[in-house]
Amino acid sequence: MPSVLQYLGQGAFYALAAAFTGYLSLYPTYQQVPADKAQVKLSFAHGAHRVEACRRLTPKEIAALPPKERRPNTCSRERTEIFVELFVNGELLYSESLQPTGLSRDGPARTYRKFLVPAGNHTIKARLRDSTRDSGFDYETERRVELAPLQNLAVDFKADRGGFVFR
Amino acid sequence: MALIHSVVRKPFDFAEQALGKVFPAQWNPLLNLGALGFFFYWIITASGIYVYIFFDTGIHNAYASIEYMTHEQWYMAGVMRSLHRYASDALIVVMLLHLVREFGLERYRGARWFSWVTGIAVLMLIYVSGISGYWLVWDKLAQYVAIVSTEWLDWLPIFGEPVARNFLSPQTLDNRFFTLMIFMHIAVPLIALAVLWIHLQRVSKPRINPPRGLAIGTFVSMLALSLVFPAVSQAPADLAQVPGTVGLDWFYLPLYPLLENWPGTVTWTAAFCMTVIAFAVPFLPPMRKLPVAVVDLENCNGCSRCHYDCPYEAIDMIARTDGRPFEAEPAVDASKCVACGICAGSCPTSMPFRRVTGLSPGIDLPDLTMETLRDQVHDVCDRLTGDNRVLIFSCMHAVPAKSINVPGVASVELRCIGHLPPAFIDYVLSRKLADGVLLAGCSENACHARLGVEWTQARIAGERDPHLRARVPRERVRTVWVGRSGSRLLESELSEFSSGLSAVPGIKVPPAGPATRERDKVDA
Ligand code: HEM
Ligand code: SF4
Ligand code: SF4
Repeated sequence: MPSVLQYLGQGAFYALAAAFTGYLSLYPTYQQVPADKAQVKLSFAHGAHRVEACRRLTPKEIAALPPKERRPNTCSRERTEIFVELFVNGELLYSESLQPTGLSRDGPARTYRKFLVPAGNHTIKARLRDSTRDSGFDYETERRVELAPLQNLAVDFKADRGGFVFR
Repeated sequence: MALIHSVVRKPFDFAEQALGKVFPAQWNPLLNLGALGFFFYWIITASGIYVYIFFDTGIHNAYASIEYMTHEQWYMAGVMRSLHRYASDALIVVMLLHLVREFGLERYRGARWFSWVTGIAVLMLIYVSGISGYWLVWDKLAQYVAIVSTEWLDWLPIFGEPVARNFLSPQTLDNRFFTLMIFMHIAVPLIALAVLWIHLQRVSKPRINPPRGLAIGTFVSMLALSLVFPAVSQAPADLAQVPGTVGLDWFYLPLYPLLENWPGTVTWTAAFCMTVIAFAVPFLPPMRKLPVAVVDLENCNGCSRCHYDCPYEAIDMIARTDGRPFEAEPAVDASKCVACGICAGSCPTSMPFRRVTGLSPGIDLPDLTMETLRDQVHDVCDRLTGDNRVLIFSCMHAVPAKSINVPGVASVELRCIGHLPPAFIDYVLSRKLADGVLLAGCSENACHARLGVEWTQARIAGERDPHLRARVPRERVRTVWVGRSGSRLLESELSEFSSGLSAVPGIKVPPAGPATRERDKVDA
């Protein structure tokens, strides 16, 4: 049987072990984002236009196809890349050519980017090109936003809702 | 590698001794890490079942249901929640200590690769369980965990659309992922339990329950922690906000800040390499697989003692193959045998008295046979002088007795203290090769081959066959259970033991002759 002193020693050990467990289970706290910053998160998944628009096949081309596969139109599967830019207060924060996914490059292009900006008033502009044109943009949205500290502003893109969605 | 092992071992030896001052050997937490792991697992299971009753499994109400437990029903569900949390943390602590300790003691190579590899699998499953648990609270921490985890997974090009987009804004959030997490949080721990069961397939009589004294102390301390410092949620998750400052559980989430801030290429490469290394550790050089135990049917009567004493389930009793009228014979599974020699120590035919027939037991270690051991005993004892000559039988994993340089003291090293057939003690004393025999093994409960110390104690006490014969005066036998760092204790025990020997009556040995051999046979 352990002596009283030994029991006290055990008690001290348990107290220490419990304190260690309890403390590291929550502390030290971790500051993920400084308290005076806000975040702009640009993320979307969007299928761009095809590289080649659909066109009518010439009678000659139709005749060249095996009888079972004869059809009047042909469409390419491959999509073009998407060129996207994000400006905050006129300053370019991000620009990238996003490649379509999929082995035959027929899937949506995606992006997921986070930017920290000081809390406060900002003009945010997002624009992208998803067609085969060489310059200019197919969609562009500019907004003035008041960002509270630690606010998370999501900038999504939904073609069926007319372009960029701020939320 | 040897250097790494000893650097790892030192703090353990030190802590083990320090704790040994207040804990009886059986209760020493460092010697019960695996058992404590199971104990925490059961606490987590029981408390988990309780909190699940009150948990709302929809993402929009989960937080509120946990707040109810913590604040309205603090005396029961709240305590259960805290126990669930803190036992999970403690599980990580004992699991990591257990891992490092087995590594330091070099108990992960050779036949033990099996326990190591399954252990690593358990470790990963436990982490996944814990991380999915934090998700369920759906507070700021859960939000942080959800976003960092999914962003990290999204680096792999396996998901059609980035999974992290689920958490883009309050409008994109849905229940689908949350339900998956609840499922994982129940399924993964169950899988971990199944793998734990496999983990123990190659150890016989695993100690999966801590001794009562330790269990009570551990539970009371967990309960006290839960009452004094109850686990609470952080602010509710809000995807329109970044978490900002979060309280991280550093047991489960220490790498999350890195996952968040380092490039995916780096973190995934590191994760991949660490996983490969963790699984490969037992197979890295230097490989040192000692020759396994070998059965010699001619000397085996099928008594099964080796089978019962083997700590690694390496011996099966199979139908006799040599036609002799015994029931069974032992078969050693070379892939499980760690060459501890305990089987040879348990074999009734390990009889040093047999000079005439030669000393070949039914089972033996080919590279350190009983015959060799007996020769070594004679060699070292022949050189002993003085009145209080002591022969030390020491385990190669315990304190290095060879380094003891005291006149009148000699030592013979064994693979494990359980490698020693008790008849050797009788032999040394009755043949007057020495005046006292001291056995030096690992600390109690910390036997390198798991059961060697326990079996030796039982054999000397006459509780387990083969036992030390009653005629051997126990005052001439001393056992010292100390780890590698216990040379000072060994030396002090040794000097006390040898100085006391003069006062002890000798062994009554009948005159030599055929009768002696007859008697030994009967005794065997
Ligand atoms: C929840 C997690 C774990 C539990 C509950 C657990 C439990 C146990 C138990 C009860 C034993 C038998 C000890 C004995 O009776 O001597 C054991 C042995 C062992 N464990 Fe674990 N274990 C866990 C995780 C791990 C991990 C992560 C590793 C390392 C990768 C590991 C490596 C080993 C090894 C190598 C042995 C064999 C020791 C020997 O051969 O003598 N275990 N474990
Ligand atoms: S040497 Fe040890 S592990 Fe191997 S069979 Fe004998 S008792 Fe079992
Ligand atoms: S202990 Fe010895 S005699 Fe008994 S079964 Fe094993 S080898 Fe045979």
